[in-house]
Amino acid sequence: MSAHTLRAKRRRSALRTAAFLSPWLVGFGVFFAYPLVSTVYFSLMKYDGFGTPVFRGPGNWAYVFQDYPLFWPALRNTLWLVLVMVTCRVLFGLGIGLLVTRIRTGTGVFRTLFYLPYLAPPVAATLAFVFLLNPGTGPVDSVLEGLGLPAPGWFTDPAWSKPALTALALWGVGDLMVIFMAALLDVPREQYEAAELDGASPWQRFRFVTLPNISPIVMFAVVTGVIQTMQYYTQPLVAGKVASGIIGGSGQQFEPGYPDKSTLTLPQLVYNLGFQRFDYGSASVVALVLFALAMAFTALLMRRRGGLIQAGDRP
Amino acid sequence: MTQVPDRPTESTPATEAGRTARRRALLEWIAVHSLGVAAALFFTLPFVFVVLTSLMSDQQALTRDLVPDTWEWGNYADVLATPGFLTWWKNTLVYAGLGTVLTVVSSVPVAYALAKFRFRGRSLTLMLVISMMMLPPQVLVIPMYLFWARQLDLSGSLWPLIIPTAFGDAFSIFLLRQFLTTIPDEYLDAARVDGCGELRTLLRVVLPMAKPGIAAVALFQFFSAWNDYFGPQIYASENPAAWTLSYGLESFKGARHTDWNLTMAATVLVMAPVILVFFFAQKAFVEGVTLTGVKG
Repeated sequence: MSAHTLRAKRRRSALRTAAFLSPWLVGFGVFFAYPLVSTVYFSLMKYDGFGTPVFRGPGNWAYVFQDYPLFWPALRNTLWLVLVMVTCRVLFGLGIGLLVTRIRTGTGVFRTLFYLPYLAPPVAATLAFVFLLNPGTGPVDSVLEGLGLPAPGWFTDPAWSKPALTALALWGVGDLMVIFMAALLDVPREQYEAAELDGASPWQRFRFVTLPNISPIVMFAVVTGVIQTMQYYTQPLVAGKVASGIIGGSGQQFEPGYPDKSTLTLPQLVYNLGFQRFDYGSASVVALVLFALAMAFTALLMRRRGGLIQAGDRP
Repeated sequence: MTQVPDRPTESTPATEAGRTARRRALLEWIAVHSLGVAAALFFTLPFVFVVLTSLMSDQQALTRDLVPDTWEWGNYADVLATPGFLTWWKNTLVYAGLGTVLTVVSSVPVAYALAKFRFRGRSLTLMLVISMMMLPPQVLVIPMYLFWARQLDLSGSLWPLIIPTAFGDAFSIFLLRQFLTTIPDEYLDAARVDGCGELRTLLRVVLPMAKPGIAAVALFQFFSAWNDYFGPQIYASENPAAWTLSYGLESFKGARHTDWNLTMAATVLVMAPVILVFFFAQKAFVEGVTLTGVKG
């Protein structure tokens, strides 16, 4: 083959690749690269959406970190959610996964029932939980009082609103259940048989056979859980709005975080600063903080051996 | 079908060891299935209470009763007759339907290139796709809002949410790419030897084999549009005629502070289609969830 035809062939193959990638190339430029650069630009500007942006330098950054009253509560809530909600969800998902692999009778029915709540649309599921956990009329507190137990205020009590959100998150654990179930069924049978011959107790079998085999999946669940927490928006916002009784259209503006900033998360701050206070500069600062956090954990996920990228490469 | 392990008494050559082993198996069966029933109650009771409340009278919904005295099926008619509710339904179907079709059409070729072409920058592209997938939508919303609202004057509609789906969706690209890498190259080579170009190979050979992956992607995309709250809040909130179910549902509660029965009926009407679709497409769904995870 002559050098000429070889070059033509290469060029044709590059063109072909570009053609197949073209939807994404446009999308990447218009919906990712451009707005990202633009967000960095706005984070240094004073801009309310009208007129021309005025340079403000690090002023927005100082405002967000020092004077904006919602930033640190939101960050503290995020930390709480990462430590408690993510941990509970992973442990519960693993527990349900273990349970489902042991159920011999009616397996399909159990799996379906456990999985269904994951599909409930977030706004609908949140409304349902605000109703179920409503201090006055909700069934949960009725049952607790009937048993002589204290009935918390759930979504109306700053100390209980995040546990209430955690309950909602545990209800929708179906995605983790499926992932853990697949991992548990992949553990080689022989290893259990060998452990049994050695007289291992059920706990020892779990600790020394199951856990080492599924630890990559546990790690995957933890990191994606943290990333999802960075995106946690609809449930805390809707829960706060509905529980507070203030909902758009009534002329009152809802300041997110009800009760007492306890349901604030970082994405809500972007909405509050940008679309309620019309301070696009400071909103962009929070957006960049969120960007940095999300990307840090994504990098962690991608660096792992046998992680996300290699996932499909194995037959 | 129920399979209860044989009771120890029914066993035939009952050695002592066999009997204890069987008794232990029975006890384990009872323990596992009791836990299973308890978990099933945790997962289903919220649905049950929501449906029961949705059928109560206005007065009873404000009490602590759990079961309706009179079954008010008319609540559902009331919700459907609420001004706007059917419009929200229609908007949601347009957003979810159009968004799903455009996502599949624009994401399949990208995923195919990432899975089967060799080119410089392939792993970089994949890394960028994953980064976009993990990005909270709030991060880029300020410039995007200004772009759609000020430059294209499209706020007050769902177009700012539908148009981007024509340019590939990161999550769908990633999931499809995972699926397409599992298709053996021999099939593609055979098609190429037969003289098919890449586009024909994709359409004639790859697409039929990729149906389960495409079904999973379509379902996820449909539901993410169905469930989307932030997007409609940003772009459609100013115009109730453009609201979707997920966004309208919350204002439904706002307009009827104390009518928990009607709010729960509306909640059921938003949940029901998702659950119905799930029963028809269970396999594709579960496959999709597993695909997004990792096989160690």
